[in-house]
Amino acid sequence: MTVHAQLEAVFRAEYGRVLAALISQLGDFALAEDALQDALVEALQQWVDGVPRNPGAWLTTVARRRAIDRLRRASTQKRQTVILEALEATVASNEDEEDDDMEPIPDDRLKLMFTCCHPSLALEAQVALTLHTLGGLSTPEIARAFLVPVPTMAQRLARARGKIRAAGIPYRIPPADLLPERLDALLAVLYLIFNEGYVATSGDSLTRAELCSEAIRLCRVLVDLLPESAEARGLLALMLLHDSRRAARLNAAGELVLLDEQDRSRWDRAKIAEGTDILDSALALYRPGPYQVQAAISALHAEAATPADTDWPQIAALYDTLAYFQPSLVVEVNRAVALAMAQNPTAGLLVLLKLDDEATNFYPYHVARADLLRRTNQREAAAEAYERAIALCQNAPERAYLQRRRAEIES
Amino acid sequence: MKYMLLIYTNPNTRMSDAELQAEMNAYWGYEEEVRKSGVHIAGEALQPVSTATCVRVRDGKTLTTDGPFAETHETLGGFYFIEAKDLDEAIQWAAKIPSSVHGTIEVRPIMSFEQS
Repeated sequence: MTVHAQLEAVFRAEYGRVLAALISQLGDFALAEDALQDALVEALQQWVDGVPRNPGAWLTTVARRRAIDRLRRASTQKRQTVILEALEATVASNEDEEDDDMEPIPDDRLKLMFTCCHPSLALEAQVALTLHTLGGLSTPEIARAFLVPVPTMAQRLARARGKIRAAGIPYRIPPADLLPERLDALLAVLYLIFNEGYVATSGDSLTRAELCSEAIRLCRVLVDLLPESAEARGLLALMLLHDSRRAARLNAAGELVLLDEQDRSRWDRAKIAEGTDILDSALALYRPGPYQVQAAISALHAEAATPADTDWPQIAALYDTLAYFQPSLVVEVNRAVALAMAQNPTAGLLVLLKLDDEATNFYPYHVARADLLRRTNQREAAAEAYERAIALCQNAPERAYLQRRRAEIES
Repeated sequence: MKYMLLIYTNPNTRMSDAELQAEMNAYWGYEEEVRKSGVHIAGEALQPVSTATCVRVRDGKTLTTDGPFAETHETLGGFYFIEAKDLDEAIQWAAKIPSSVHGTIEVRPIMSFEQS
């Protein structure tokens, strides 16, 4: 590993925690980010000779000093003077200590997560802010991942930071009465980041893989900091189980390979084992929720040695449960597919039949319907359904797959 | 921090006399609660938009027209002005405003001009 790559790995690992602690102390997102940036620049120059034993504490200390410099230069506003005095006191008390004896940085990342995912911020701003402040991803990196011009992303981040301060979005772990709702929002943002990487609607695959691992990393942090949340564990298990199939999901030509056609020897066993363990620990808390149910479905797929071994009756039952937690079109379509496998394609088609009207523009509905019609040998109707699905498809590999299927029927 | 809670409602919402009375009672209850809590600074209901006048000064000339200037679905019907700890507290007070169940409450922080 080059020195630069090594430094980048350290930065990535420490960034969120150091920034969260700095924001706590400074009460100011922008100042904290600027001061940390100064510290990173200094680290780049000084760490070439060796990374300090406690890089997080080193960065925090240097960032505090740079924050003092910035505050002294900036202005004499009253609020800032108070912060400046507190900072100077902290830095002075740390001054003579050796690197190893530095106070451990308090872990305020949970506060930072809840602030970044506050519902008064637009969802896309929540996503960008979470990746930027907790993941330490640069503005150009996030812009590239979401196919947005860099200035647009920079503006999105600046606006979000501005709103946190101007609107008085609190920097704290929400009180008990707000926690369930806010935690749902936080989990939704992490899952969105993961899916943006996993479903790959567009963009290059390298950046995409990074989004998946970043979502998993942040969810690990969340589980560590909030161990009593069964759904946080459920989401972590779900993402690991999905991610275990990454290598098998696309063929050499970059086309999507459906679950029952994937080379199961390419599934990542370590991720499956970890995901299943975490799911077990979630279920042991006896607080079921939609992420745990989805992880359980994913685990059943992962446990089947061949497609024929899949426990479809149990998967169909789990989709019934999921429909209770999260009634939605996508769940109904998946329930239909599971039922088709557990019983017969006609049972699945009957579920789809009930959706007809609301699903006219829903892509997965037409994919499922086409497949079930093909299996019941209704070739004409199947060809029509494939046509509809192809028209609604947003993704090149999936479109190629559907076109291949349609050609098979017509031959 | 100070927040303005702007109450937007659809003036075409039809309410029976009983529903109207229930909402009025809910407002009296809210009024009492918000005053007791100490966050209350001011709060008023506005006459309907049909009574509004728009004033613009252009090139030194005062132009007065009948408001509203745009066909909007929901119009400003009243406000509360409160002092809250943070946005979460302001949101909690906004959610308790009786009109929030059919209209929209816009929570706007007040801009402060600090003297340097």
